[in-house]
Amino acid sequence: MLQIADIHVYRGKTHVLKGVRLDVRKGEIAALIGANGAGKTTLLRTISGLLRPARGKILLEGSRTAGRMDISRLAPEGITKLGVIHCPEGRGIFSQLTVRENLMIGAYLRSDKEGIAADYERVCTLFPILGSRSNQAGGSLSGGEQEMLAVGRALMGRPELLLLDEPSLGLGPIIVDTLFATLAEINAQGVTLLLVEQNAVKALLLAHRAWVLEIGRVTLSGSSRELIDDENVKKAYLGGT
Amino acid sequence: MSSGYIAQQIVNGLILGSMYALVAIGFSMIYGIIRLINFAHGEIVMIGAFTTLGLLQYLGLPFPLVALAVLIVGAVVGILIEKGAFRPMRGAPQVTGFIASLGVSIMLQNLGILFLTAQPRNFSFPDYLQRVIQVGPVSFRSIDAVIMSIALILMGALLFLVHRTKLGMAMRATAENIDVARLMGININRTIMATFAMGSALAGIAGLMWGGKFGQIDPLLGFVPGLKSFVAAVIGGVGSIPGAILGGYILGLAEVLFVGLLPPIYSAFRDAFVFSTLILILLILPNGILGKGMEERV
Repeated sequence: MLQIADIHVYRGKTHVLKGVRLDVRKGEIAALIGANGAGKTTLLRTISGLLRPARGKILLEGSRTAGRMDISRLAPEGITKLGVIHCPEGRGIFSQLTVRENLMIGAYLRSDKEGIAADYERVCTLFPILGSRSNQAGGSLSGGEQEMLAVGRALMGRPELLLLDEPSLGLGPIIVDTLFATLAEINAQGVTLLLVEQNAVKALLLAHRAWVLEIGRVTLSGSSRELIDDENVKKAYLGGT
Repeated sequence: MSSGYIAQQIVNGLILGSMYALVAIGFSMIYGIIRLINFAHGEIVMIGAFTTLGLLQYLGLPFPLVALAVLIVGAVVGILIEKGAFRPMRGAPQVTGFIASLGVSIMLQNLGILFLTAQPRNFSFPDYLQRVIQVGPVSFRSIDAVIMSIALILMGALLFLVHRTKLGMAMRATAENIDVARLMGININRTIMATFAMGSALAGIAGLMWGGKFGQIDPLLGFVPGLKSFVAAVIGGVGSIPGAILGGYILGLAEVLFVGLLPPIYSAFRDAFVFSTLILILLILPNGILGKGMEERV
Protein backbone atom coordinates (compact mmCIF):
# COMPACT_ATOMS: atom_id res chain seq x y z
CA MET A 1 0.00 0.00 0.00
CA LEU A 2 2.93 2.30 0.66
CA GLN A 3 6.14 2.06 -1.24
CA ILE A 4 9.13 4.21 -0.39
CA ALA A 5 11.56 4.28 -3.27
CA ASP A 6 15.05 5.60 -2.73
CA ILE A 7 14.18 8.56 -0.54
CA HIS A 8 16.83 11.17 0.23
CA VAL A 9 16.08 13.82 2.85
CA TYR A 10 18.27 16.64 4.10
CA ARG A 11 17.75 18.64 7.25
CA GLY A 12 19.78 21.75 6.73
CA LYS A 13 23.05 20.39 5.37
CA THR A 14 22.78 17.02 7.07
CA HIS A 15 21.96 14.13 4.78
CA VAL A 16 19.55 12.30 7.08
CA LEU A 17 17.95 9.68 4.84
CA LYS A 18 20.31 8.25 2.25
CA GLY A 19 18.20 6.26 -0.14
CA VAL A 20 15.66 4.50 2.07
CA ARG A 21 13.53 1.81 0.43
CA LEU A 22 10.74 -0.05 2.10
CA ASP A 23 7.22 -1.14 1.37
CA VAL A 24 4.27 -1.56 3.68
CA ARG A 25 1.63 -4.09 2.67
CA LYS A 26 -2.05 -3.53 3.12
CA GLY A 27 -3.40 -4.84 6.40
CA GLU A 28 -0.08 -5.51 8.11
CA ILE A 29 1.74 -4.05 11.07
CA ALA A 30 5.14 -2.89 9.93
CA ALA A 31 7.82 -1.74 12.34
CA LEU A 32 10.87 0.40 11.86
CA ILE A 33 13.43 0.05 14.59
CA GLY A 34 16.72 1.80 15.10
CA ALA A 35 18.76 3.91 17.46
CA ASN A 36 18.27 7.57 18.24
CA GLY A 37 19.26 9.73 15.30
CA ALA A 38 18.91 6.97 12.72
CA GLY A 39 16.27 8.98 10.87
CA LYS A 40 13.10 7.19 11.92
CA THR A 41 11.15 10.32 12.80
CA THR A 42 12.47 12.06 9.69
CA LEU A 43 11.10 9.21 7.59
CA LEU A 44 7.62 9.49 9.12
CA ARG A 45 7.64 13.28 8.77
CA THR A 46 8.59 12.85 5.11
CA ILE A 47 5.78 10.36 4.48
CA SER A 48 3.20 12.68 6.07
CA GLY A 49 4.45 15.66 4.08
CA LEU A 50 5.97 17.78 6.86
CA LEU A 51 9.34 17.34 5.13
CA ARG A 52 10.08 17.28 1.41
CA PRO A 53 12.45 14.66 0.07
CA ALA A 54 15.29 15.93 -2.13
CA ARG A 55 15.00 12.82 -4.26
CA GLY A 56 12.90 9.70 -4.45
CA LYS A 57 9.24 8.76 -4.53
CA ILE A 58 6.62 7.78 -2.00
CA LEU A 59 3.93 5.76 -3.71
CA LEU A 60 0.58 5.26 -2.05
CA GLU A 61 -2.19 2.97 -3.17
CA GLY A 62 -5.32 3.24 -1.09
CA SER A 63 -9.07 3.40 -1.52
CA ARG A 64 -8.92 7.21 -1.76
CA THR A 65 -6.17 7.33 -4.41
CA ALA A 66 -6.62 6.76 -8.11
CA GLY A 67 -4.37 3.76 -8.55
CA ARG A 68 -0.85 4.28 -7.31
CA MET A 69 0.13 7.87 -6.72
CA ASP A 70 3.30 9.69 -5.73
CA ILE A 71 2.55 11.65 -2.55
CA SER A 72 6.07 12.96 -1.96
CA ARG A 73 5.20 16.44 -3.22
CA LEU A 74 1.83 16.81 -1.49
CA ALA A 75 1.17 19.08 1.50
CA PRO A 76 0.38 17.35 4.82
CA GLU A 77 -3.31 18.21 4.62
CA GLY A 78 -3.51 16.50 1.22
CA ILE A 79 -1.85 13.38 2.55
CA THR A 80 -4.13 13.26 5.59
CA LYS A 81 -7.06 13.44 3.21
CA LEU A 82 -5.83 10.28 1.47
CA GLY A 83 -6.09 8.36 4.74
CA VAL A 84 -2.45 8.42 5.83
CA ILE A 85 -2.52 9.71 9.39
CA HIS A 86 0.54 10.50 11.45
CA CYS A 87 0.60 10.30 15.24
CA PRO A 88 3.61 12.49 15.86
CA GLU A 89 6.52 12.03 18.21
CA GLY A 90 5.72 13.47 21.62
CA ARG A 91 2.00 12.93 20.87
CA GLY A 92 1.27 16.49 19.81
CA ILE A 93 -1.81 16.87 21.98
CA PHE A 94 -3.36 20.32 21.84
CA SER A 95 -3.06 21.03 25.53
CA GLN A 96 -5.46 24.00 25.58
CA LEU A 97 -8.19 22.20 23.65
CA THR A 98 -10.50 19.86 25.52
CA VAL A 99 -10.21 16.11 25.09
CA ARG A 100 -13.37 16.17 23.01
CA GLU A 101 -12.03 18.97 20.81
CA ASN A 102 -8.76 17.09 20.36
CA LEU A 103 -10.75 14.11 19.07
CA MET A 104 -13.01 16.25 16.91
CA ILE A 105 -10.06 17.97 15.28
CA GLY A 106 -8.91 14.54 14.15
CA ALA A 107 -12.05 14.52 11.99
CA TYR A 108 -11.35 18.02 10.69
CA LEU A 109 -11.50 17.03 7.03
CA ARG A 110 -14.70 15.06 7.39
CA SER A 111 -18.21 16.43 7.17
CA ASP A 112 -20.30 13.30 7.71
CA LYS A 113 -21.85 14.23 11.05
CA GLU A 114 -23.29 10.79 11.84
CA GLY A 115 -20.07 9.02 10.90
CA ILE A 116 -18.06 11.36 13.11
CA ALA A 117 -20.43 10.83 16.05
CA ALA A 118 -20.22 7.05 15.56
CA ASP A 119 -16.42 7.16 15.45
CA TYR A 120 -16.37 9.32 18.56
CA GLU A 121 -18.37 6.65 20.37
CA ARG A 122 -16.07 3.99 18.99
CA VAL A 123 -12.94 5.78 20.24
CA CYS A 124 -14.54 6.28 23.66
CA THR A 125 -15.29 2.56 23.80
CA LEU A 126 -11.71 1.75 22.84
CA PHE A 127 -10.35 4.23 25.40
CA PRO A 128 -13.05 4.72 28.07
CA ILE A 129 -10.87 7.23 29.95
CA LEU A 130 -11.21 9.68 27.03
CA GLY A 131 -15.00 9.62 27.21
CA SER A 132 -14.99 10.29 30.93
CA ARG A 133 -12.59 13.23 30.58
CA SER A 134 -14.12 14.76 27.47
CA ASN A 135 -14.36 18.29 28.87
CA GLN A 136 -10.95 18.38 30.48
CA ALA A 137 -8.04 20.20 28.80
CA GLY A 138 -5.86 17.85 26.75
CA GLY A 139 -2.80 19.07 28.62
CA SER A 140 -4.20 17.87 31.95
CA LEU A 141 -4.02 14.18 30.96
CA SER A 142 -1.20 11.86 32.02
CA GLY A 143 1.35 10.62 29.49
CA GLY A 144 -0.45 7.35 28.87
CA GLU A 145 -3.82 9.08 28.51
CA GLN A 146 -2.29 11.57 26.09
CA GLU A 147 -0.98 8.72 23.96
CA MET A 148 -4.47 7.21 23.92
CA LEU A 149 -5.83 10.60 22.95
CA ALA A 150 -3.28 10.87 20.13
CA VAL A 151 -4.23 7.44 18.80
CA GLY A 152 -7.93 8.15 19.25
CA ARG A 153 -7.55 11.47 17.45
CA ALA A 154 -5.85 9.71 14.54
CA LEU A 155 -8.69 7.16 14.39
CA MET A 156 -11.20 10.02 14.09
CA GLY A 157 -9.69 10.70 10.66
CA ARG A 158 -10.59 7.16 9.48
CA PRO A 159 -7.02 6.14 8.68
CA GLU A 160 -6.10 3.49 6.15
CA LEU A 161 -2.46 3.76 7.09
CA LEU A 162 -1.57 4.91 10.59
CA LEU A 163 1.96 6.18 11.22
CA LEU A 164 2.94 5.91 14.88
CA ASP A 165 6.07 7.61 16.15
CA GLU A 166 7.36 6.12 19.42
CA PRO A 167 3.98 5.47 21.04
CA SER A 168 5.64 3.75 24.02
CA LEU A 169 7.94 6.67 24.84
CA GLY A 170 7.84 7.60 28.50
CA LEU A 171 5.09 5.13 29.41
CA GLY A 172 5.12 2.48 32.13
CA PRO A 173 5.27 -1.19 31.05
CA ILE A 174 1.66 -1.99 31.94
CA ILE A 175 0.34 0.95 29.96
CA VAL A 176 2.56 -0.01 27.02
CA ASP A 177 1.08 -3.52 27.06
CA THR A 178 -2.48 -2.17 27.08
CA LEU A 179 -1.65 0.29 24.33
CA PHE A 180 -0.01 -2.30 22.10
CA ALA A 181 -2.95 -4.66 22.59
CA THR A 182 -5.21 -1.83 21.41
CA LEU A 183 -2.96 -1.23 18.41
CA ALA A 184 -3.33 -4.90 17.47
CA GLU A 185 -7.10 -4.51 17.79
CA ILE A 186 -7.06 -1.44 15.55
CA ASN A 187 -5.04 -3.40 13.01
CA ALA A 188 -7.52 -6.27 13.20
CA GLN A 189 -10.23 -3.78 12.25
CA GLY A 190 -8.41 -3.21 8.97
CA VAL A 191 -6.01 -0.34 9.58
CA THR A 192 -2.46 -0.80 8.29
CA LEU A 193 0.14 0.34 10.83
CA LEU A 194 3.67 1.63 10.38
CA LEU A 195 5.25 1.78 13.79
CA VAL A 196 8.50 3.51 14.67
CA GLU A 197 9.96 2.33 17.95
CA GLN A 198 13.06 2.34 20.07
CA ASN A 199 11.44 -0.36 22.18
CA ALA A 200 12.51 -3.00 19.66
CA VAL A 201 11.28 -6.05 21.59
CA LYS A 202 7.74 -4.75 21.89
CA ALA A 203 7.72 -3.52 18.31
CA LEU A 204 8.95 -6.84 16.89
CA LEU A 205 6.48 -8.82 18.96
CA LEU A 206 3.61 -6.74 17.62
CA ALA A 207 4.67 -6.37 14.00
CA HIS A 208 4.47 -8.76 11.09
CA ARG A 209 7.47 -7.36 9.28
CA ALA A 210 10.23 -4.94 10.24
CA TRP A 211 13.19 -2.92 9.07
CA VAL A 212 16.28 -1.78 10.89
CA LEU A 213 17.29 1.78 10.10
CA GLU A 214 20.89 2.79 10.77
CA ILE A 215 22.14 6.31 10.08
CA GLY A 216 19.86 6.92 7.16
CA ARG A 217 19.89 3.48 5.53
CA VAL A 218 17.86 0.30 5.90
CA THR A 219 20.41 -2.32 6.92
CA LEU A 220 18.15 -5.26 7.64
CA SER A 221 14.63 -6.28 6.78
CA GLY A 222 12.44 -9.28 7.05
CA SER A 223 9.64 -10.82 9.01
CA SER A 224 9.76 -9.81 12.66
CA ARG A 225 10.37 -13.47 13.56
CA GLU A 226 13.56 -13.43 11.45
CA LEU A 227 14.71 -10.18 12.99
CA ILE A 228 14.11 -11.35 16.55
CA ASP A 229 16.35 -14.33 15.84
CA ASP A 230 19.01 -12.32 14.04
CA GLU A 231 22.27 -12.22 16.00
CA ASN A 232 23.10 -8.62 15.08
CA VAL A 233 19.64 -7.38 16.02
CA LYS A 234 19.84 -9.25 19.30
CA LYS A 235 23.13 -7.60 20.13
CA ALA A 236 22.30 -4.10 19.04
CA TYR A 237 18.63 -3.69 19.91
CA LEU A 238 17.30 -6.47 22.06
CA GLY A 239 19.86 -6.32 24.84
CA GLY A 240 20.94 -9.89 24.13
CA THR A 241 24.46 -11.21 24.20
CA MET B 1 -14.76 65.51 43.58
CA SER B 2 -18.33 64.27 43.26
CA SER B 3 -19.38 60.70 42.63
CA GLY B 4 -21.04 61.91 39.45
CA TYR B 5 -17.70 63.18 38.21
CA ILE B 6 -16.06 59.85 38.93
CA ALA B 7 -18.89 57.98 37.20
CA GLN B 8 -18.38 60.21 34.20
CA GLN B 9 -14.66 59.43 34.15
CA ILE B 10 -15.40 55.71 34.34
CA VAL B 11 -17.72 55.96 31.33
CA ASN B 12 -15.04 57.87 29.43
CA GLY B 13 -12.52 55.21 30.39
CA LEU B 14 -14.79 52.45 29.13
CA ILE B 15 -15.20 54.24 25.80
CA LEU B 16 -11.44 54.58 25.38
CA GLY B 17 -10.95 51.05 26.67
CA SER B 18 -13.34 49.67 24.03
CA MET B 19 -11.04 51.02 21.33
CA TYR B 20 -7.86 49.75 22.93
CA ALA B 21 -9.48 46.35 23.47
CA LEU B 22 -10.59 46.03 19.84
CA VAL B 23 -7.09 46.77 18.57
CA ALA B 24 -5.42 44.65 21.25
CA ILE B 25 -7.49 41.60 20.28
CA GLY B 26 -6.00 41.55 16.79
CA PHE B 27 -2.52 42.11 18.14
CA SER B 28 -2.93 39.21 20.49
CA MET B 29 -4.54 36.86 17.97
CA ILE B 30 -1.79 37.44 15.42
CA TYR B 31 0.92 36.95 18.02
CA GLY B 32 -0.87 33.86 19.25
CA ILE B 33 -1.03 32.17 15.89
CA ILE B 34 2.33 32.97 14.29
CA ARG B 35 4.30 34.58 17.16
CA LEU B 36 4.49 37.81 15.21
CA ILE B 37 4.55 41.18 16.93
CA ASN B 38 2.73 43.07 14.22
CA PHE B 39 3.61 46.73 14.42
CA ALA B 40 1.64 47.45 11.29
CA HIS B 41 -1.56 46.68 13.20
CA GLY B 42 -2.02 50.33 14.23
CA GLU B 43 -2.00 51.41 10.59
CA ILE B 44 -5.21 49.48 10.06
CA VAL B 45 -6.79 51.77 12.64
CA MET B 46 -5.69 54.67 10.46
CA ILE B 47 -7.11 53.05 7.33
CA GLY B 48 -10.37 52.38 9.18
CA ALA B 49 -10.55 56.04 10.20
CA PHE B 50 -10.00 57.33 6.67
CA THR B 51 -12.46 54.82 5.23
CA THR B 52 -15.05 56.14 7.68
CA LEU B 53 -14.23 59.72 6.78
CA GLY B 54 -14.65 59.03 3.10
CA LEU B 55 -17.84 57.00 3.27
CA LEU B 56 -19.65 58.71 6.11
CA GLN B 57 -18.60 62.34 5.87
CA TYR B 58 -17.85 62.79 2.16
CA LEU B 59 -20.29 60.32 0.61
CA GLY B 60 -22.88 60.53 3.38
CA LEU B 61 -23.67 56.81 3.44
CA PRO B 62 -25.80 55.53 6.33
CA PHE B 63 -23.84 54.61 9.46
CA PRO B 64 -24.56 50.83 9.60
CA LEU B 65 -23.42 50.49 6.01
CA VAL B 66 -20.25 52.45 6.78
CA ALA B 67 -19.49 50.29 9.81
CA LEU B 68 -19.90 47.16 7.71
CA ALA B 69 -17.69 48.56 4.96
CA VAL B 70 -15.00 49.49 7.50
CA LEU B 71 -15.01 45.94 8.86
CA ILE B 72 -14.59 44.58 5.35
CA VAL B 73 -11.86 47.07 4.38
CA GLY B 74 -9.96 46.23 7.58
CA ALA B 75 -10.22 42.51 6.89
CA VAL B 76 -9.08 42.88 3.28
CA VAL B 77 -6.10 45.06 4.22
CA GLY B 78 -5.14 42.54 6.91
CA ILE B 79 -5.28 39.70 4.39
CA LEU B 80 -3.17 41.64 1.89
CA ILE B 81 -0.54 42.46 4.52
CA GLU B 82 -0.37 38.84 5.62
CA LYS B 83 -0.08 37.55 2.06
CA GLY B 84 2.34 40.20 0.86
CA ALA B 85 4.62 40.71 3.81
CA PHE B 86 4.35 37.95 6.37
CA ARG B 87 3.65 34.74 4.48
CA PRO B 88 6.95 34.89 2.56
CA MET B 89 8.70 35.15 5.95
CA ARG B 90 6.97 32.18 7.52
CA GLY B 91 9.51 30.07 9.35
CA ALA B 92 12.05 32.90 9.51
CA PRO B 93 13.32 34.01 12.95
CA GLN B 94 10.85 36.02 15.00
CA VAL B 95 12.89 39.21 14.68
CA THR B 96 12.61 39.08 10.87
CA GLY B 97 8.83 39.23 11.05
CA PHE B 98 9.02 42.02 13.57
CA ILE B 99 11.22 44.11 11.28
CA ALA B 100 8.98 43.31 8.32
CA SER B 101 6.00 44.60 10.30
CA LEU B 102 7.85 47.84 11.05
CA GLY B 103 8.52 48.11 7.32
CA VAL B 104 4.85 47.62 6.48
CA SER B 105 3.92 50.18 9.12
CA ILE B 106 6.24 52.85 7.71
CA MET B 107 5.16 52.07 4.17
CA LEU B 108 1.46 52.45 4.99
CA GLN B 109 2.08 55.71 6.86
CA ASN B 110 3.98 57.09 3.89
CA LEU B 111 1.42 55.91 1.37
CA GLY B 112 -1.10 57.73 3.52
CA ILE B 113 0.94 60.91 3.44
CA LEU B 114 1.47 60.56 -0.30
CA PHE B 115 -2.18 60.13 -1.20
CA LEU B 116 -3.96 61.92 1.63
CA THR B 117 -1.31 64.51 2.65
CA ALA B 118 -0.06 64.85 6.20
CA GLN B 119 -2.55 67.63 6.86
CA PRO B 120 -4.94 66.57 9.65
CA ARG B 121 -8.57 66.47 8.55
CA ASN B 122 -11.57 67.28 10.65
CA PHE B 123 -13.62 64.28 11.43
CA SER B 124 -17.08 64.55 12.82
CA PHE B 125 -20.03 62.24 12.95
CA PRO B 126 -23.35 63.49 11.59
CA ASP B 127 -25.63 65.24 14.10
CA TYR B 128 -27.83 62.23 14.73
CA LEU B 129 -24.82 60.43 16.19
CA GLN B 130 -23.71 63.45 18.25
CA ARG B 131 -26.81 63.84 20.36
CA VAL B 132 -25.96 64.11 24.03
CA ILE B 133 -27.59 61.54 26.27
CA GLN B 134 -27.89 62.31 29.96
CA VAL B 135 -28.16 59.41 32.39
CA GLY B 136 -28.16 60.72 35.95
CA PRO B 137 -24.93 62.62 36.42
CA VAL B 138 -23.28 60.99 33.40
CA SER B 139 -23.51 62.38 29.88
CA PHE B 140 -22.27 60.90 26.65
CA ARG B 141 -22.95 61.21 22.95
CA SER B 142 -25.11 58.68 21.16
CA ILE B 143 -22.05 57.63 19.14
CA ASP B 144 -20.29 56.65 22.37
CA ALA B 145 -23.13 54.30 23.24
CA VAL B 146 -22.98 52.94 19.70
CA ILE B 147 -19.20 52.48 19.98
CA MET B 148 -19.44 50.58 23.23
CA SER B 149 -22.27 48.40 21.97
CA ILE B 150 -20.48 47.59 18.71
CA ALA B 151 -17.34 46.71 20.66
CA LEU B 152 -19.24 44.36 22.96
CA ILE B 153 -21.15 42.72 20.12
CA LEU B 154 -18.01 42.17 18.07
CA MET B 155 -16.08 40.77 21.04
CA GLY B 156 -18.93 38.40 21.85
CA ALA B 157 -19.13 37.29 18.23
CA LEU B 158 -15.39 36.74 18.13
CA LEU B 159 -15.29 34.69 21.32
CA PHE B 160 -18.16 32.58 19.98
CA LEU B 161 -16.34 32.07 16.71
CA VAL B 162 -13.05 31.11 18.33
CA HIS B 163 -14.51 28.75 20.93
CA ARG B 164 -17.60 27.31 19.27
CA THR B 165 -16.87 26.86 15.57
CA LYS B 166 -14.70 24.57 13.52
CA LEU B 167 -12.68 27.48 12.15
CA GLY B 168 -12.05 28.71 15.69
CA MET B 169 -10.93 25.26 16.76
CA ALA B 170 -8.52 25.19 13.81
CA MET B 171 -7.22 28.61 14.83
CA ARG B 172 -6.59 27.53 18.40
CA ALA B 173 -4.92 24.31 17.24
CA THR B 174 -2.70 26.19 14.79
CA ALA B 175 -1.73 28.65 17.51
CA GLU B 176 -0.60 25.81 19.70
CA ASN B 177 1.26 23.63 17.22
CA ILE B 178 1.44 24.42 13.51
CA ASP B 179 2.93 21.06 12.46
CA VAL B 180 0.37 18.94 14.26
CA ALA B 181 -2.41 21.22 13.00
CA ARG B 182 -1.25 20.44 9.45
CA LEU B 183 -1.26 16.71 10.22
CA MET B 184 -4.93 17.05 11.19
CA GLY B 185 -5.61 18.33 7.70
CA ILE B 186 -5.93 21.98 8.67
CA ASN B 187 -5.00 24.38 5.90
CA ILE B 188 -2.84 26.66 7.99
CA ASN B 189 -2.53 29.34 5.31
CA ARG B 190 -6.28 29.77 5.29
CA THR B 191 -6.45 29.67 9.09
CA ILE B 192 -3.74 32.29 9.50
CA MET B 193 -5.42 34.42 6.86
CA ALA B 194 -8.72 34.20 8.72
CA THR B 195 -6.96 35.30 11.90
CA PHE B 196 -5.51 38.37 10.19
CA ALA B 197 -8.88 39.15 8.63
CA MET B 198 -10.72 39.05 11.96
CA GLY B 199 -8.10 40.93 13.95
CA SER B 200 -7.78 43.58 11.27
CA ALA B 201 -11.53 44.04 10.89
CA LEU B 202 -11.69 44.88 14.59
CA ALA B 203 -8.78 47.32 14.23
CA GLY B 204 -10.61 48.95 11.32
CA ILE B 205 -13.70 49.52 13.47
CA ALA B 206 -11.47 50.93 16.19
CA GLY B 207 -10.34 53.46 13.55
CA LEU B 208 -13.94 54.56 13.05
CA MET B 209 -14.17 55.13 16.79
CA TRP B 210 -10.80 56.84 17.01
CA GLY B 211 -11.75 59.48 14.49
CA GLY B 212 -15.01 60.20 16.27
CA LYS B 213 -13.30 60.41 19.63
CA PHE B 214 -10.53 62.83 18.74
CA GLY B 215 -12.17 64.82 15.97
CA GLN B 216 -9.13 64.91 13.72
CA ILE B 217 -7.34 62.27 11.72
CA ASP B 218 -4.05 62.12 9.85
CA PRO B 219 -2.03 59.31 8.24
CA LEU B 220 0.22 58.92 11.29
CA LEU B 221 -2.58 58.41 13.79
CA GLY B 222 -2.08 54.63 13.92
CA PHE B 223 1.12 54.80 15.92
CA VAL B 224 -0.38 55.63 19.32
CA PRO B 225 -3.29 53.15 19.30
CA GLY B 226 -0.91 50.54 17.90
CA LEU B 227 1.56 50.98 20.71
CA LYS B 228 -1.02 51.28 23.46
CA SER B 229 -2.93 48.26 22.29
CA PHE B 230 0.31 46.34 22.28
CA VAL B 231 0.65 47.39 25.91
CA ALA B 232 -2.95 46.35 26.57
CA ALA B 233 -2.32 42.94 24.98
CA VAL B 234 0.80 42.43 27.08
CA ILE B 235 -0.99 43.49 30.26
CA GLY B 236 -3.79 41.01 29.59
CA GLY B 237 -1.41 38.23 28.59
CA VAL B 238 -0.40 38.19 24.96
CA GLY B 239 -2.07 35.43 22.93
CA SER B 240 -5.22 35.47 25.06
CA ILE B 241 -8.31 37.13 23.61
CA PRO B 242 -10.10 37.66 26.97
CA GLY B 243 -6.74 38.97 28.20
CA ALA B 244 -6.59 41.52 25.39
CA ILE B 245 -10.14 42.67 26.17
CA LEU B 246 -9.37 43.00 29.86
CA GLY B 247 -6.05 44.73 29.17
CA GLY B 248 -7.75 47.18 26.83
CA TYR B 249 -10.37 48.20 29.39
CA ILE B 250 -7.83 48.39 32.21
CA LEU B 251 -5.61 50.63 30.16
CA GLY B 252 -8.47 52.86 29.00
CA LEU B 253 -9.80 53.26 32.54
CA ALA B 254 -6.36 53.79 34.06
CA GLU B 255 -5.49 56.45 31.52
CA VAL B 256 -8.72 58.42 31.88
CA LEU B 257 -8.86 58.14 35.66
CA PHE B 258 -5.27 59.26 35.94
CA VAL B 259 -5.96 62.38 33.92
CA GLY B 260 -9.34 62.97 35.50
CA LEU B 261 -8.58 62.41 39.13
CA LEU B 262 -5.13 63.92 39.55
CA PRO B 263 -4.39 67.64 39.41
CA PRO B 264 -4.32 68.90 35.80
CA ILE B 265 -0.61 69.61 36.06
CA TYR B 266 0.08 65.85 35.72
CA SER B 267 -2.13 65.23 32.71
CA ALA B 268 0.75 65.68 30.28
CA PHE B 269 2.25 62.57 31.80
CA ARG B 270 -0.62 60.30 30.77
CA ASP B 271 1.52 58.19 28.45
CA ALA B 272 4.26 57.88 31.05
CA PHE B 273 1.54 56.59 33.35
CA VAL B 274 0.35 54.06 30.77
CA PHE B 275 3.80 52.57 30.49
CA SER B 276 4.35 52.64 34.25
CA THR B 277 1.16 50.60 34.57
CA LEU B 278 2.62 48.11 32.11
CA ILE B 279 5.89 47.81 34.01
CA LEU B 280 4.10 47.47 37.32
CA ILE B 281 1.77 44.73 36.11
CA LEU B 282 4.57 42.83 34.43
CA LEU B 283 6.66 42.99 37.59
CA ILE B 284 3.88 41.28 39.49
CA LEU B 285 2.52 39.06 36.68
CA PRO B 286 5.29 38.47 34.12
CA ASN B 287 2.91 36.69 31.72
CA GLY B 288 0.19 39.29 31.97
CA ILE B 289 -3.08 38.88 33.82
CA LEU B 290 -4.51 35.95 31.81
CA GLY B 291 -1.31 34.87 30.04
CA LYS B 292 -0.37 31.22 30.08
CA GLY B 293 3.37 31.71 29.76
CA MET B 294 5.27 32.83 26.72
CA GLU B 295 7.34 29.70 26.31
CA GLU B 296 8.66 29.21 22.80
CA ARG B 297 7.17 26.57 20.62
CA VAL B 298 9.46 23.62 20.04
